[in-house]
This record gives sequence, structure tokens and C-alpha cells, in this order.
Amino acid sequence: MIELRSQIPEGPIERKWEKHRFEMKLVNPANKRKHTIIVVGSGLAGASTAASLAELGYNVKCYCYQDSPRRAHSIAAQGGINAAKNYQNDGDSVFRLFYDTVKGGDYRSREANVHRLAELSVEIIDQCVAQGVPFAREYGGLLANRSFGGAQVSRTFYARGQTGQQLLLGAYQALERQIGLGKVAMFPRHEMLELVLVDGKARGIVTRDMVSGAIESHAGDAVVLGTGGYGNVFYLATYCKGANATAIWRAYKKGAAFANPCFTQIHPTCIPVTGEHQSKLTLMSESLRNDGRIWVPKKAKDPRPPNQIPEEERDYYLERQYPSFGNLVPRDVASRAAKRVCDEGRGVGPGGYGVYLDFADAIKRLGVTVIQEKYGNLFEMYERITAENPYQVPMRIYPATHYTMGGLWVDYNLMSTIPGLHVIGEANFSDHGANRLGASALMQGLADGYFVMPYTMGHYLASNKLESVTADHAAFKEAEARVAERVRRLLGIGGERSVDSFHRELGRIMWEYCGMARNEKGLKAALEKIPALREQFWREAKVPGENEELNQSLEKAGRVADFLELGELVCLDALERRESCGGHFREEFQTPDGEARRDDEHFSHVAAWEYAGESRRPIRHVEPLHFEYVHPSQRSYK
Amino acid sequence: MKLTLHVWRQKNAGDRGRFVTYAAPDISPDMSFLEMLDVVNEALVAKGEDPIAFDHDCREGICGMCGMMINGEAHGPRRATTACQLHMRTFRDGDQITIEPWRADAFPVVKDLVVDRTAFDRIIAAGGFITARAGSAPDGNAISVPKTAADLAMDAAACIGCGACVAACPNASAMLFTAAKVSHLGLLPQGQPERHARVRSMVAQMDREGFGTCTNHFECEAACPKAISVRFIARMNRDYLTATVTDRGAPASAEGGTG
Repeated sequence: MIELRSQIPEGPIERKWEKHRFEMKLVNPANKRKHTIIVVGSGLAGASTAASLAELGYNVKCYCYQDSPRRAHSIAAQGGINAAKNYQNDGDSVFRLFYDTVKGGDYRSREANVHRLAELSVEIIDQCVAQGVPFAREYGGLLANRSFGGAQVSRTFYARGQTGQQLLLGAYQALERQIGLGKVAMFPRHEMLELVLVDGKARGIVTRDMVSGAIESHAGDAVVLGTGGYGNVFYLATYCKGANATAIWRAYKKGAAFANPCFTQIHPTCIPVTGEHQSKLTLMSESLRNDGRIWVPKKAKDPRPPNQIPEEERDYYLERQYPSFGNLVPRDVASRAAKRVCDEGRGVGPGGYGVYLDFADAIKRLGVTVIQEKYGNLFEMYERITAENPYQVPMRIYPATHYTMGGLWVDYNLMSTIPGLHVIGEANFSDHGANRLGASALMQGLADGYFVMPYTMGHYLASNKLESVTADHAAFKEAEARVAERVRRLLGIGGERSVDSFHRELGRIMWEYCGMARNEKGLKAALEKIPALREQFWREAKVPGENEELNQSLEKAGRVADFLELGELVCLDALERRESCGGHFREEFQTPDGEARRDDEHFSHVAAWEYAGESRRPIRHVEPLHFEYVHPSQRSYK
Repeated sequence: MKLTLHVWRQKNAGDRGRFVTYAAPDISPDMSFLEMLDVVNEALVAKGEDPIAFDHDCREGICGMCGMMINGEAHGPRRATTACQLHMRTFRDGDQITIEPWRADAFPVVKDLVVDRTAFDRIIAAGGFITARAGSAPDGNAISVPKTAADLAMDAAACIGCGACVAACPNASAMLFTAAKVSHLGLLPQGQPERHARVRSMVAQMDREGFGTCTNHFECEAACPKAISVRFIARMNRDYLTATVTDRGAPASAEGGTG
């Protein structure tokens, strides 16, 4: 039976992290080089952790499934990164960023974690500037800011529309420096397929070399997972194609609790689906909502092209319903509003699942040059995909799965319920509650990696006596055998149906019953359909090729097999959370005007699921949430 | 659309490889080039054949993982576009399309269209960074950076490390890739202390990896999906010359790794 001990330090919120940093144990510099830390994933969280731990003197082994650590999907984040610098003198502060994030998360996150994140945000910008991240500047040479979805202050730092890329390259370069110095051993094209526990502590992993098929064990003193979110369970998502839940799912099955799996984020501004062949959805940065105006025709099924619909026949529905935030309402609110107008038959574009994002007014006000400078690369990307010119015709957008706030449960030290297993970035559940605000994923990934893990890892190593363990230990041999058996099983299914078709079908079930709006009947239906589909997968899937080669079908099959299990947990969690909050919208629980209605009396808690064995219902544990500083209220953006 | 594909198939690094022709009879102009390959692969799997291996990940033109020669052009005919952002409406019904992996000694083929580009990572490890330990940074606004320098640095920093520049170059040179990183960091005040050591180490590593030299064909810029300018190569050459003259005798890098 697991116990959820959050380890939140005592004291006033603004002193907790400082106090904790002093109280944590330290590892003597000469002893650091005796420890080996395994870091899985090389995105913002993984790369910054690996680089920072190596800088401290630890030996680090870092793994990624791509051909280079620079490819991780953090690279695709466009808009920016928040920091409470208050450079704009517009009323920002650490407390305000903390407040906005707790409120934005619809009061389902831990106050102490979020406050630490807000404090560290300030140092992240300093660190990235020092690394040479080419943030946007004003003419005087100082850092520029913009406002970003859901915030009334300008606290977002950005590098054109490529902020994630530049931050990741900063972390990647720091990582490569350590690789060059021999402190980090990098394993690209390696996929983690098993977590290994010795005496109940995480002591290593088993990987598959994706080129040779070799199944190998790697031992260390602790394991850190920075393997990202599980949004590809929806098949169509803004995630990269390779993003998968295998690492966290293996950990879950080894005893790490999975927290709030139903908290998934649907991003309002993505390019709509065009057909069956669609392999992924592309996000258009939320920053576009600063200048673009969202509208649909007032009349249902209006056949006219947008430019021929006069002003008075357009419904700028966000500005109408939420006059104080307008087009900048948080993501969950904007997404649901888009779904609502499309369900009313007022959606635009082929299939009717789209709304306009119109720049005509902004171009009139600011001129084409300014718009080009701000959004040029996004407009180009849009034009490439749709063959439409957004300088002339409004963009068409529709919500798509974008982020998962849920993830492995971690304590204040970012350690899971398995001692020694730390989880960082999107892979954990800790900071965003039921809805993540824009420009805060990058912030969290880097806070975890540069400024939290270097302290809490030392504390773990100094407080635990760890016997020396090598990859020859029986636990590793056993795990290797399990991995080999699973690979053999996948290759031997011998059916006729492609793995992709199963993934697509799972995605359709998830989107239909567990997407932007959920209800008891639908979730119960999904909970029957998913196990049936899973059974069918293990009977009818076709996985060609062999293990001892680069086999992309085999890689996919393993990931889809895990999604077929995880999807069920997401739906189960959604069913059990009988309230609406943030991205989790249960149709039974809404206010008369269609907004999410929380139930703080019964659900002001984190739901953490414990694996109970094959075909047994997982156990739902609860970590109560306490709000001392930000008092829960009905979120209002009107 | 109905297309005919001539695709390079090579089982592994040791295999000789050959072209195989496939029909792609039912292609929508709205598909991306990679979605077209997905459709072809689904059909191959259905027939019990090995699908075509190709690298890809973000499918939105930023991760740099995809890349292939399409009718002899890196990432295909559309300027400043990665293969994943190239859409089939660029082609005409009935077209013959030849698809090959990047060809360069420093990028050995792993399988079919997949190549090994870790040489790029080793060039970065040799010096493509600013040494800034976590925790030691001054306030972000302590050092101002002229907007023009920041903007130009960003132009260079936009490189996605896909390798198209190498594949397009008749000499398989990595000068544009290396110059982009040398310029990005060398343009910023934070990058000055290591500027000379950086350019010397990175160029030395580039040579060790077996990339060719630059003879001003400028195919790299034409193929670059981020349209990075060859002027950065001139900037790197200038830095390199200054560094070799002023640091004569000093080791290439005081602390940076050798890759």
C-alpha cells in the first residue's frame, strides 16, 4: 500500500523553499563523483537536469529515443516562458505569478510547489540569458516581454515564435558540454522499456537499442524520468509522433502512483483536421490571440467566405461572453467555447469544426510589417499546411490535445512513491493543477532541471545508504527477460491489422468520450470499448520485421500497447472525479451559463492511482489540497 | 493523385542498398510528404513487406529529425521547407518521385532513409556552448544586448540541425551548420570570453568528422529549411582567422570537451 507524503516544508509559503534548501542534506564534492544518476529523456527538464547534475560532479547517463537530444518536443513550444521579473513595471510579482497559476489550474495544484515555481522563474531567465538564448530585445537592448493567454501582465519572455527551440538548444548545449567533458554518457536511439528496483528503490533501467535491437541494463544510484506527457493517447495531438507513455507506464506498474490522469489540456488554437490521413495536429501559438480576433458567423451553416460576411453578422463570441479577458481567456475556457459554437452548427471550414482567428483589425491598426515581425514564421507555417494566406483570409483554428497536467505523483522533492525514482517536467503532475496556463510548461521543465533536482537529488543520495548495485544483479536479468518476452509477444501476434489503425481507433474513443466534454454514460462506454480494443490488438495486430534491426513498427507497437492500458486509467479517473475543473469538464457539473462547476467539498484533492495487478481495478488514493493563500473561488474571466 | 516512387532501400549500414519502385495510387494533395509515406507504409505492412524506415518526430518543421533527398533536392522542391511541411499539392498527378537518404561520409546510412547525424552533436560538444553553470548567472538585464545583434543571433540560432546543408553540398561540408552556431554565440556579449576557443574547437571537430570544405556553391543556403544565410560562413571564417592569429600556440579549448 502506497503512502502519499507530500513532504511540504513548514513555515510561511515564501520561506518554504529557502528553509528546505538549508535543511536538505548535501553530498560532499569528493563523493559526488562516486554516484551515477540515470536521466531518461532529454527535453527541457531532462537535458537541464542531466547538465546541472553533471556540473555538480555526478556521473550522468542520459537516454533519448531520438537520434539526438536536441530533437525533444520541448523544441516545438512557440509562445514563450513566464517569469515574475516585473521588468514592465505593470504590477507583476512572484506572488502574482503564483496566484495566477493556482487560479489558472482551477485550485487543483499544490500551493507550495507552485510558489517555488514562481520564485524560480526569475532565475531561469537569468540562466538562459547567460547561456546565450537570443530572447527578443527592445531597442535599448533590454529584454522584451509580451502578455500571454490568461495573464493581465506582460511577463512572457520569447524568442520569436521559437522560444522552446531556443531554450532547448541552451539546455542541449550545456548537456553537450558535459558530454564532451565525459561527465554525461549520452544514449540516443535508446528506449527505456523497464524500470528496475532493488530493495524497493529505483536502481536502473532496461533499454532497447533501437538500431541493433540489443536489450541492455543500466544501473545507477537513482533514476530521473523526464519523458514528457501522454497526450498521444488521443492519437491526433500536437505532440511529436514519437512521444509516448512507456517510461511512466512501466514505472506505474512498478508501484509509482499516477496522479490525476484525467487532467488533459485541449489547446484552442490548432489547425483543423483535413482528413483520415492526418497524422498529427499543428498548434498555432496562443500568442496569436493577443492580436487575432476569434469569431464565427451568427447564422448557422453560413456558406459565404469570411471576407463577405459583414461585421454585424459576425459573432466575436469570446469578446461577447468574457468582456474583461476577451480573446485571452484561459485555454480550457476558449476551447469549450469553440466546441459550443461548432456544436451549434456555426463552425467554419470543411467538416464544420473550425472557427476564425482574424488579423484584419490588427493589420489595420499596426500595419503588415509589425504583424510580420511578431508572427511571420507562424503565418508561414499556416500557409504551408493549409495553402491559405492569413494576411488576407482569417486563419481557421480548432482545439486539439496539447498537454497533460496529470502524470506520475511526486512529492515536494519531485520523488515518486518509489524511493529514488524522480519525475520532472510534463511527466509529473505537480504544478499545473487541472489546467496549465500558457508559457508555464517551459518554466516548469527548466525550474525542475536547473534549480530543483540539483538540490533534492543530493538530499536523496545523502539520506539513503545505497548498496553498490551493478547490471549483473538478478533484478536486472529478470527485467531484461521480461522485456525480451514482451518484444517476442509483440512480434508474434501475427494478425492482419496495422498498429496505426489501433492507435487511431483508440484516439477516436478517447476524443469522443474523454475529450473536451465528458459524462458518466460516455466514460462508461469508453471503459468497455478500450479493454475490448486492447484484447483485439493482442490478437489481430500485425507487427512486421524482427527485433535485431531498426524496426519502427515494433517501436510503435510497444507504445500503442501501453496507450491501450493508460487510456483506460484516464477514463476511470475522469469517471471518478465527479466535478468539473479546468480541462476536466463533466457535463453533469456545470453552472447555468455552461462554465465548469467545481466541487471543493468532495474533490479538493489529488487522485493518485496505484497499480493493483493485471486486470484488477487500480486503487484510488487521495492527497488533500489545502489553500492557505489563494482562496478557491469560481474562476471568472467575464 | 497517382504517383510513382523510387525509394532507396538499404537493410542496414552493411547492406549495399538499391532503389525499389512503389506505386502510390491514392494520395490527397492535402497530405504532407511524410503522411504520403505513412500511406505507402500501411500498404506495405498489409502486404507483409518491410515498411520504409525514415526519421521524423515533431512533423511541424522544428525538431530537425526528418530529412531526405526528394528528386535530388534536400527536403524537396519547396524553398525553406522541411520534408514534413512539404505538402503533396506541390507535386502533380502522375509524377515520378525519387527518394534517397542524405548522402555524406560523415552521415552513414542506418537503414533506408535513416542516417546517423551524431557528428553534429560532437561538433556542438567540442565548443558550441557558452559555459554558464546553473546558479551562477547575473540578472538577465545586467548586460544589455543591442536589438540588431540579438536579431542576427536569432537568425543564426534558428538552425534545426537537420543536415540538409551537408546533403546539398557537393563537398558534404558542414560549414553552414557550424557557422550558424559560431555566429549565434559569437554575436552575443555573453559569448565573447570563449569566442576564439569555440571557433577553433568546432572547426577542428568538423574536420575530424570527415566533412568537406566550403567552395562557395551556396547550395546549403538554398536547401536550408530555415533559410540560414551563407554570410554566417564568412563570419565564421573571419572569426577563425582572428582566433588562429591571436591565440597562436594556445590550446583550442581550455575546458570544452573534444567530442
